[in-house]
Amino acid sequence: MTDRFFLREAAEPVLPAPRTTVGAAGWLRTNLFFSGWGALVTVIAVALAVAIFLPLVDWAIIQAHWTGETRAACLDAEGKKAFGACWAFIEVRFSTLMYGFYPVDERWRVNLFAGLTLAALVLPSLLSGLGRIWGTRFLALAVLFPLGWLLLHGGVLGLPMVETSKWGGLMLTLIIAGSGMVCSFPLGILLALGRRSELPVIRTASIVFIEVVRGVPLVTVLFMASVMLPLFLPNGVTIDKLMRAIVGVSLFTAAYVAEVMRGGLQAIPKGQYEAAQAIGLSYWRQMRLVILPQAMRIVIPGILNTYIGLLKDTTLVAVIGLVDLIGIIAAATADPAWLGFATEGYVFVGLLFWVLCYGMSRYGLRLEYTLAKATRR
Amino acid sequence: MPFSRYLRDRKTRGYAIQAVVLAVILLGGTWLILNAAENLRRAGIASGFAFLDKPAGFEISFKLIDFSARSTYGRAFFVGLTNTLLVASLGIVFATVLGFVVGVARLSRNWLLSRLAAAYIGTIRNIPLMLQLMFWYIAMLTPLPLPRNALNLADLFFLSNRGLFMPRPAPLDDFWPVAAAIVAGLAAAIAYALWTRGHWRRTGRRLPLLWPVLALVVLPAAVVRLIGGPALDFDIPKLAGFNFAGGIRIPPEFLALWLALTLYSGGFIAETVRAGINAVAHGQVEAARALGLPAGPTMRRIVIPQAMRVIIPPMTSQYLNLLKNSSLAVIVGFPDLVAVFAGSTLNQTGQSIETLSITMAVFLTISLAISALMNWYNRRVALVER
Repeated sequence: MTDRFFLREAAEPVLPAPRTTVGAAGWLRTNLFFSGWGALVTVIAVALAVAIFLPLVDWAIIQAHWTGETRAACLDAEGKKAFGACWAFIEVRFSTLMYGFYPVDERWRVNLFAGLTLAALVLPSLLSGLGRIWGTRFLALAVLFPLGWLLLHGGVLGLPMVETSKWGGLMLTLIIAGSGMVCSFPLGILLALGRRSELPVIRTASIVFIEVVRGVPLVTVLFMASVMLPLFLPNGVTIDKLMRAIVGVSLFTAAYVAEVMRGGLQAIPKGQYEAAQAIGLSYWRQMRLVILPQAMRIVIPGILNTYIGLLKDTTLVAVIGLVDLIGIIAAATADPAWLGFATEGYVFVGLLFWVLCYGMSRYGLRLEYTLAKATRR
Repeated sequence: MPFSRYLRDRKTRGYAIQAVVLAVILLGGTWLILNAAENLRRAGIASGFAFLDKPAGFEISFKLIDFSARSTYGRAFFVGLTNTLLVASLGIVFATVLGFVVGVARLSRNWLLSRLAAAYIGTIRNIPLMLQLMFWYIAMLTPLPLPRNALNLADLFFLSNRGLFMPRPAPLDDFWPVAAAIVAGLAAAIAYALWTRGHWRRTGRRLPLLWPVLALVVLPAAVVRLIGGPALDFDIPKLAGFNFAGGIRIPPEFLALWLALTLYSGGFIAETVRAGINAVAHGQVEAARALGLPAGPTMRRIVIPQAMRVIIPPMTSQYLNLLKNSSLAVIVGFPDLVAVFAGSTLNQTGQSIETLSITMAVFLTISLAISALMNWYNRRVALVER
């Protein structure tokens, strides 16, 4: 009788996954050679990757010239330009690329300002949880930038004056971008609120400003700031060229920030506005206590994207004659002592921008993830 | 009602705030205008648009319409405008194609292809356009060989530091009859295609499409060509002295600008396309497969039409960005609207207010026109809900 029953007493061993789906071979099969066409595409892609990356690595690393004080370091035996990147050129020009023509003895002021800014950005996250730190950071920066002007420009407290025409390189790029961010943020919020206002005059003014600015290229706005603005000021009043650029960039960015902000304001359910009204808050307190904190969570990633655009757009100030990174590189490659190394210059500056922008976008993704935690169940 | 009640009344306060804002705008505007008038008088510049009829006195290196130093500033404006429109429209066409290819490649099951596309997108989007433009122009195109050592493609295309030379189609005597035959054939083919579509809808039967259409386009033109003589000749560039003669010359400035705009916007469009395709619910693909649709039609008839709804609004802003970015021409010295009008013309006449307002008005008009067009198209494809 016993053999009429089968009682499983131990678990059957788990069968291994099919050989075709595991290990290196399995990975290749599922991701690269899943069909005839897939294999063909893979072969083409490999060829493409090899054709692009091998010469690139060869040029930028293997055959590169890393050290040297003069152009001779990057020439071959016949005195011609050798294959391989000439990083010695960047090394020689490095401090100019960072500080422009800021006097060497005064560069500690730039470093100090950079250190303070970094502290203002990093310290708040050590002191408190996430929710409010952007407000703290923003306030810190808003205080720091006017102080930074005194520190960098000097002429007070015994600091020698350094004209803004001597500012340049990465320092100038970051100052324009940073000031643009600090100024365009509150302006953008006001414009966004103005666009949704019930008062027709304020609404119309905001809409006209936002749409006009978004409809024209930044180059024309900068031209306007550099050529037209002096015409509109009383005779004898002049504004520093750097200031004009910052004003132009800030106004331009504010219009874009306003549109991002409007998206956030529209995403807040109407009940929130009504509830805020119902408990008798004034318009500004409704916004400050109820609407904006919620909207901010939605728009911070978008605003960060706008700021990445702003950072890239600062390169345009070269058009009105400021020597930012691009201006320095253009001047450096036109120097007869280093003629013919434009590629290295542009690649290096490109890499610098890439690191900054890519870093900002990764941070934006992380922030988006962290902010979404509040609503995740 | 006591005065303090008025202060707290919403309506009254609204009017007061608006009155103040309006006054500030008007007074500020008047102040600026008075300043400008005073400054212009001092500098001896007559405001107004009379300068548009004066001879420009400068040459423009690249033009689609006739222009010489004796032409007017007004004419220079149109040269700049056509150049801007040319580079922007070429950029838009190529960037769209590139963006779609890279965006789809980014979503490919093929790991390597997807990584390559991601590397392209990640690099291009994080480097300022201006830097890329200067890279192509100064680091890549300027060091090209002299014309006598030009890079040669099939003895038809020549790339050198003077730009790209390519054959120019030169119409002969019999060109117009053949062209007319081609146009007529195309019209007939379109009419036929529309009719077969209607027939398909009415009867469920599909008529052959490809061969009749080809025949309709090719046959009339071929017959006219056989009765008459050759219609078209090509003027092929030839090396003459230090440069090429004949053919069409595309200057390196134009090449660099077009290349930079295409590659840059292509990266952004690729991301737009990827996001759009990802936004289509996967159930749609599964449903299509369940109905027995093959992969191609699933993509063409199910996924893309739905993805387009998501893609179109951001795509519009990419096109507008490309148009606005074309103003970077001023960096490499390509004579676009900004370089010719807000650059040379402004510098020569000093009419900064007039030239800049016209330039900005042009960009604003084109921007508003494109977004109106895209909004119309968007409404057409938008999901019709209850």
